[in-house]
Amino acid sequence: MEWEAVIGLEIHVQLATQSKIFSGAGIAFGAEPNTQACAIDLGLPGILPVLNESAVEMAVKFGLGVEAEIGMKSVFERKNYFYPDLPKGYQTTQNDLPIVGKGVIEVEPEEGKIRQVRIHHAHLEEDAGKSLHETYTDENGRGMTGIDLNRAGTPLLEIVSEPDIRSAKEAIAYIKAIHSIVTYLGISDGNMAEGSMRCDANVSVRPKGQEEYGTRAEIKNINSFKFIEKAINHEIERQIELIEDGGRVIQETRLYDSEKNETRSMRSKEEANDYRYFPCPDLLPVELDEAYIEHIRSEMPELPKQKKQRFIDELGLSSYDAGVLSATRPMAEYFEQVKDRCGDAKLAANWVMGELAGQLNKDNLEIEQSPVSAVQLGDLVKRVMDDTINGKAAKQVFAALWAGEGASADEIIEAKGLKQVTDTGAIAAIVDEVMANNPQQVEQYQAAPEDKRGKMVGFFVGQVMKASKGTANPQMVNQLLKEKLG
Amino acid sequence: MALERSDVEKVAHLARLKIEDNDIPEYTRDLTSILELVNQMQSVDIDGTDPLAHPLDATQRLRHDEVTESNQREHFQQNAPAKEAGLFLVPKVIE
Amino acid sequence: MHNKTIAELAKGLADGEFSSVELTQHFLGRIDALDSQYNSFITVTPEQALAQAEAADATRAAGNAKALTGVPVAHKDIFCTNGVLTTCASKMLSNFVAPYDATVVDKFNSAGMVSLGKTNMDEFAMGSSNENSFYGAVKNPWDTNAVPGGSSGGSAAAVAARLAPGATGTDTGGSIRQPAAFCGITGLKPTYGRVSRWGMIAYASSLDQGGPMARTAEDCALLLNEMAGFDPKDSTSLKKAVPDYTADLNQPLSGLRIGLPKEYFGKELSAEMSDAIMASVKEFEKLGATVQEVSLPNTMLAIPSYYIIAPAEASSNLSRFDGVRYGYRCENPENLEDLYKRSRGEGFGKEVQRRILVGTYALSEGYYDAYYRKAQRIRRLIQQDFLNAFNEVDLIMGPTTPTPAFDLGSNTDDPVQMYMEDIYTLAVNLAGLPGISVPAGLVNGRPVGLQILAGHFKESQLLNAAHQLQTATNWHQLAPSAGQ
Repeated sequence: MEWEAVIGLEIHVQLATQSKIFSGAGIAFGAEPNTQACAIDLGLPGILPVLNESAVEMAVKFGLGVEAEIGMKSVFERKNYFYPDLPKGYQTTQNDLPIVGKGVIEVEPEEGKIRQVRIHHAHLEEDAGKSLHETYTDENGRGMTGIDLNRAGTPLLEIVSEPDIRSAKEAIAYIKAIHSIVTYLGISDGNMAEGSMRCDANVSVRPKGQEEYGTRAEIKNINSFKFIEKAINHEIERQIELIEDGGRVIQETRLYDSEKNETRSMRSKEEANDYRYFPCPDLLPVELDEAYIEHIRSEMPELPKQKKQRFIDELGLSSYDAGVLSATRPMAEYFEQVKDRCGDAKLAANWVMGELAGQLNKDNLEIEQSPVSAVQLGDLVKRVMDDTINGKAAKQVFAALWAGEGASADEIIEAKGLKQVTDTGAIAAIVDEVMANNPQQVEQYQAAPEDKRGKMVGFFVGQVMKASKGTANPQMVNQLLKEKLG
Repeated sequence: MALERSDVEKVAHLARLKIEDNDIPEYTRDLTSILELVNQMQSVDIDGTDPLAHPLDATQRLRHDEVTESNQREHFQQNAPAKEAGLFLVPKVIE
Repeated sequence: MHNKTIAELAKGLADGEFSSVELTQHFLGRIDALDSQYNSFITVTPEQALAQAEAADATRAAGNAKALTGVPVAHKDIFCTNGVLTTCASKMLSNFVAPYDATVVDKFNSAGMVSLGKTNMDEFAMGSSNENSFYGAVKNPWDTNAVPGGSSGGSAAAVAARLAPGATGTDTGGSIRQPAAFCGITGLKPTYGRVSRWGMIAYASSLDQGGPMARTAEDCALLLNEMAGFDPKDSTSLKKAVPDYTADLNQPLSGLRIGLPKEYFGKELSAEMSDAIMASVKEFEKLGATVQEVSLPNTMLAIPSYYIIAPAEASSNLSRFDGVRYGYRCENPENLEDLYKRSRGEGFGKEVQRRILVGTYALSEGYYDAYYRKAQRIRRLIQQDFLNAFNEVDLIMGPTTPTPAFDLGSNTDDPVQMYMEDIYTLAVNLAGLPGISVPAGLVNGRPVGLQILAGHFKESQLLNAAHQLQTATNWHQLAPSAGQ
């Protein structure tokens, strides 16, 4: 039987505010335990929350970015459950009336294959703290867990998709699209390694063509692109095998173990959770008006989709190139800077996607970490365009910039003497010299039939380039050789 | 509607309250009579009336996004029943 | 000195009749000598009080005294006080030294006032008799066999016994007004959102409101001047200018329209109670007010609505008491679940556990609509009843309680009977209105209170009416023998 996976994702995005969602404590990553947990974050008796305006603004920006309905009245509720990293015994979140309603996002899992994934809603909530299962013991030597509440109260936007995703690959494309939108908007640093984007996946399978959904399992704790794909694929296979062996998928929460590459059921007892949601009486309804929304709309930056279209329409890039170059905000910013510096979009695109991407990939670096800045690369491309250097020399210059051998392309060109020779007299002199030093080859060439000569000229080109230390203009060398060899 | 012992046990578990076995009948009785009292409101049909969550029709005020709190860990942890290395300690949590 | 009102004490301090240190020492001496009979304080803080008094005297000497600089008061032990034990009368917080000040405490400190200590109360403010305290019941200074009312019973008893000239209280369903009535003092519950809840340990967040308790309406006005105001730390606090609550005290009452809800004078109210209340109403007529009957048809629904909303919010508010970061932790927990269940089971008293259970049940899956949401719909009906009545009248008056203070131990085995005590006070919290209880004489030798209600933010009007009554009569000057 042919199976089809049905996947819905819940992505928790940590918002790039200065302070927490309901308190004035900081949210810097990696602080000493409990040094960024104020009275509110600790859930001390008598404390009260006050909502952070940036968190609201960022949520609205996201909503506008995915063409969603904005909740003009949204309400915070309490989700009640006991856990040591949840200081108040409830999480303040949104349930019935979220700040962002239905929206849609376009993803492109394969070149040219565009899919729409609907957003069910997105809501604001507070993060929990962290449980550290290290080896602390009580006075009787029993194992203890340490609780660090620095993260408690960090603002999160939880983005819930409809079950519109059909494969792990599409899931990755969707997450990348969300990542790209939130980083373009500047509402999150999108740093998955530090937990700024975390993902839960609801996965089910059904025979292809069947309307109704199968029973789903929720996979928690997946926090890198690599693991998301593996975890989802593993879960799809597990469910198919289970059903084909006559079993039944049960609705449960499963934890992905990246070391073993498997998902396993969380807590065998899996007591039915009863979160007792109710509107938080310490917070009032958040009401927004049209003027506020319009103000935020006017401040929206260009988003990946619009940017891609502009790259195609105005810069004449191919759809593929435009897609790659607009995929992430740092990539797009880098490219646009190179382009502005050198003035040629296509050449800039070739360099960014070719030499630069290759080196980044090889050294396993993100574009933000590139040792060659966009300004440096732009200046280098400019020197190719104005014929100061030839293509081969340009690669040398790039390598030298990468290695930090000089501050600018010009400096390296100068230091290494890579300036292209375009003086006909000078090149003719070298050609003459090469011909004089290789009389035998000249004879052979001149004796050869016309159709063999093409290949044989390569030898002379090589010799001339070598003698010029790579600086001779290759077109001129060819031209002169043809003339002089007869 | 009379509550069963098991209802009280279930609710006590949700609320993480340890209730001694011999206290359960009393709680069951008390809760039943409280529920009888509150069930008086079931006789009115007011589904068309909007719930009132707050006495005043006010809306949420927003706080300027700035860090106003500094580290007061030692001060706050004076009340902690068990702590080590700046962490609050609890019996080992099994995932 | 202890028979002087706050207004008189403030004048005495200003005139140099006595210093704040003398005054503070006097009250500390009375607490020390007399409170063993009433148990109205959980914690007395003599050293801090005297330090504050010295500072107040210095401020006055430097010419920087404010209206109440140097006046001693007591705080209900529900307000967090930095560096001072703050227990909410619970074993759960019996070791909790608050690491910060409640806004109300902070405001009093900034006003140069002196805090004598923390008063007893029903555990987590849940109760109408002050018998639900880990620190033992409070006794009514009028008759130590009687309850002082609750939950602010310690504050009411301390003021009635002249152990403090004024005190803070909180009112979720009558917890300022009912003990004020039982102890023969004046207690004001302000409009919801008028006094900051920051640092006031929450029972039911959408109902809780702090307010002053003192012997006279004028004193309540003076205290409210220091307590009220917008607080950026409390989202439910209202950004509305605070008037000088003493400014309108002497406004004449001619033309004032008073409404008597027929539902408040039903057969459950004894003739003696009714007579006492009507005697006060007569005084208002003499002062030029007109009296008419009004109706609050949904009065009886206030009890069920309240006893869903308050426990539901409480069940969630009290989840933070889990033995992890502060407060009581059981001995030798076997595992996390044991830590939670025993810490909470051992740390909370019976009434608190009952309300947590009811609230948890009311919010649980399948019951939310039938209980919580329904209770909130009724809440709107109840508010609408009041708003309709205030279209016809300026103030609503009636008894604060159905009876005078009852005997200790008489209601403790039946929670529902106890809940009925709050019939006249609960609806006011559901509607968010201000209300005041003023002494209205004695019934069977025990004080009773007249409750006066006004529209939202009309505290000045309440205080004006109460003050005029106290100018015309002397019920508020009656004192238990202990206080003389």
